[in-house]
Amino acid sequence: MANVRKIARRSFLIGSAAIVGGVAFGAYYVARPAPNPLTPGEGEAVFNPFVAISAEKITLIAPRAEMGQGVHTTWAALIAEELDVTLDQVEVIHGPAAAAYYNTAMMGEVIPSKGYDKSDFMHAISDHLGALGKVMDMQVTGGSTSMKDGYMRMRAAGASARETLKQAAANRLGLSRDQLSTKDGQVIAPGDVAIPFTDLAGEAADLSPVEAPLRPRSEWKLLGKGQPRIDMTGKVTGTATFSIDTRLPGMKFAALKANPSLGGEMRSYDATEALSMPGVEQVVDLGNGFAVVASNTWLAIQAAEVVQADWGAAPVPATHDGIRSAIRAAFDTAPNSTLRDDGDTATLPQGAQEVTAEYEVPFLAHATMEPLNATALFDNDRLQIWSGNQGPILTRNHCAEALGIEPEQVEVITTLMGGGFGRRGEMDFSVYAARLAQAMPGTPVQLTWSREEDMTHDFYRPGAMARMRGAVREGTALMVDAEIASQSALSQAMTRWMGFTPSGPDTAIVDGVFNQPYAIPNFRTRGYVADLQVPVGFWRSVGASFNGFFMESFMDEMAHAAGADPLEFRLSLARKEWEPAAKVLETVKEMSGWTGQTPEGTGRGVAMTYSFGTPVAQVIEVADEDGMIQVTKAWIAADLGVALDPQNLEAQLSGGMAFGLSAAMFGEITFAEGAAEQTNFPDYDGIRMHTMPKVEVRVIEAQEHIGGAGEPGTPPAAPALANAIYDLTGNRPRRLPLMKDFDLQS
Amino acid sequence: MPTSVTINGTAHSVDLPGDVPLLWVLRDEIGLTGTKYGCGVAACGACTVHIDGVAVRSCQMALEDVDGAVTTIEGLGTPDAMSALQAAWAEHQVAQCGYCQSGQIMQAASLLSDIPAPTDSDIDEAMQGNLCRCGTYPRIRAAIHAAAAKMQEV
Ligand code: FES
Ligand code: FES
Repeated sequence: MANVRKIARRSFLIGSAAIVGGVAFGAYYVARPAPNPLTPGEGEAVFNPFVAISAEKITLIAPRAEMGQGVHTTWAALIAEELDVTLDQVEVIHGPAAAAYYNTAMMGEVIPSKGYDKSDFMHAISDHLGALGKVMDMQVTGGSTSMKDGYMRMRAAGASARETLKQAAANRLGLSRDQLSTKDGQVIAPGDVAIPFTDLAGEAADLSPVEAPLRPRSEWKLLGKGQPRIDMTGKVTGTATFSIDTRLPGMKFAALKANPSLGGEMRSYDATEALSMPGVEQVVDLGNGFAVVASNTWLAIQAAEVVQADWGAAPVPATHDGIRSAIRAAFDTAPNSTLRDDGDTATLPQGAQEVTAEYEVPFLAHATMEPLNATALFDNDRLQIWSGNQGPILTRNHCAEALGIEPEQVEVITTLMGGGFGRRGEMDFSVYAARLAQAMPGTPVQLTWSREEDMTHDFYRPGAMARMRGAVREGTALMVDAEIASQSALSQAMTRWMGFTPSGPDTAIVDGVFNQPYAIPNFRTRGYVADLQVPVGFWRSVGASFNGFFMESFMDEMAHAAGADPLEFRLSLARKEWEPAAKVLETVKEMSGWTGQTPEGTGRGVAMTYSFGTPVAQVIEVADEDGMIQVTKAWIAADLGVALDPQNLEAQLSGGMAFGLSAAMFGEITFAEGAAEQTNFPDYDGIRMHTMPKVEVRVIEAQEHIGGAGEPGTPPAAPALANAIYDLTGNRPRRLPLMKDFDLQS
Repeated sequence: MPTSVTINGTAHSVDLPGDVPLLWVLRDEIGLTGTKYGCGVAACGACTVHIDGVAVRSCQMALEDVDGAVTTIEGLGTPDAMSALQAAWAEHQVAQCGYCQSGQIMQAASLLSDIPAPTDSDIDEAMQGNLCRCGTYPRIRAAIHAAAAKMQEV
């Protein structure tokens, strides 16, 4: 294993070379099945890492982060569909951190193909590369990959468990397996004999698993229909336990305070006054910050404010303009990624009109509704950590390393998450809690970040700039030459997570431009990496979160320059490239009754972005209400390939759009002396009840492959809104957030 | 001197400084974790509870200022006996991450006791202090209307 990792470190390239590297070093190791992490109890049958049945109950393991996207429900439905149980008959748990739960889809996503045009051969390579996830400790929830990953595997896990149960029943009854059927958690034998699965657990435990083919879609009972979410009752009665709700006997409450100048050290601190405050028990040095331990969280937060610390400087330009200059300077360096270079972008096509525009978007915080926190207990050289995290194996390994113990001495209990959006894929909040617990052995402690601490110590969505050049003639686009500059969130995150920096092009910087399904004959995309140390990371939809705005605002500018209707302009280019992209545009056209005309006082904008395997089109309508711009309506169409749970997909797409609108309208983080200047919701607001448009969603199933759901709703939101504002006001938004240049209802 | 507060019908005696906000008394002292911390500055509504039936932000309510009976989400209904409003929330599958929902429901309950059949603009007005980062607003609105209709029937 160590050896494989060493090879991985050397040869892992983000890009095409990874395919070669993957095949060369991966084959012998990745093909070995990972051990089943579930240990059966007395009389319990553990069929595979995802299904366990005892005399009392049926347990399904959904080892992905439940952060609001409903993954536990849909994951369980995949298993239940083949196992023949209903969702109210089972208990669904997240389960432990284990190699068996690696994400088979995630690494496959790094292939720098456009995605929608992947051949079956490319899909096969992605699948192969996906196995690298095991080597890389990728039990990760992110990249909208859960359903791509689980779709085949979980149904197979359910089918195999079902057939094994039937075999146990067949043995008991002296019948053959094909004389039996299953229904609602029971094996049914001729003569109205019904044996509950739970009754067969003991006998099934001794059998080796039976393989079974998957049922055709026409026989599905659960999939394809809206399922009541298994976490819903808990979440409407206040009984769902988020990480911050962990309560252990004798537990102490602590508050974190780290150097606000990000990346700077803590030289010293004086806690004398804090220690004299009521309820305060101790102050613990955590390296670049400290934790105040008290009898409740509020007392700890108050005391943390009065500790006098001597903070070192941040390794970034002192002013925000200095940071912006550093991003702009990247344009003068060699491009890191030129992932599309079709035709000739050097010469303006004969008789064409040139269109140019520059755009800029800010840094953004994740601002998950539940502030970061984790609870830990260190006892007898063992660590237990309760943490709402998107990567339990990495969390386990990072905690072990920080404490100087072995990964086997760490137990990670992954809780429900009050939002993730990419932030909970990081390990920092778990590691701080682990180190605090080590300083107070035998006492469980919950370490909470105040909202201010959370917002000012993020791994931000990087600020980004674009320089776009295009050409139009006869109502259509002949050329797009896009240049995008930002920090590389991918290389920063890989360095933090894996301890090495991948070489090769960073697809994320140009994702949402280079892979857009438009038949533009001369099309080049270059990405430039800004040399900056602002902590950046993955934020819902990653690079597409800014490139969706750049590309689709520019498409609008080109359409207007060409004298074409913005929707028809896109539609004709999409039709020639990839039918599903055209289909989502046609669908929003129909849903919104798009005519290209809007009455006085109303504006409409359209945008379409293909990301994470899913094309999503949105039309957004705005209205002038007493001089203020109100977002009134939104129509969304998305092609998921297979819509496993339409009701939940509607929520994800609508929520993803809301997340994009929040940022587009109000979101901006600026830095002074390397410290974030926005600290809480009053200066980093989101969309709210009165500013949220009415939304209509339609999910279609035209494409062949299953698409992601959590992220693709976000990228088209900003450009669709910006284009609507242009339609209303005649002023073209070229920077975000929009509140800086327009009077938005807030 | 211990302060006495009535929470969900039970009297509690709390030995804490009087300036500790009710939110933290509930969460860290009494162990009622259904009420959430989101911002601590009255900007998100995650901490909303009722005092004598009226919605208040518990992060802004000092223990010593609590002058009525406190109801939290746990007191509104339970998994086995949900209130009509909670049932409407479940029916409409409102929650995504769910973290804001206790506060949303408590705010909506207070709205419905003031205005039994709220209009969209009543809802905008009453609910705008409650932030939902997952963007569940359309379903919240639908659930409030549905609960209002249901409660009118009886
Ligand atoms: S925590 Fe009280 S309003 Fe946000
Ligand atoms: S459901 Fe996640 S914040 Fe509202």
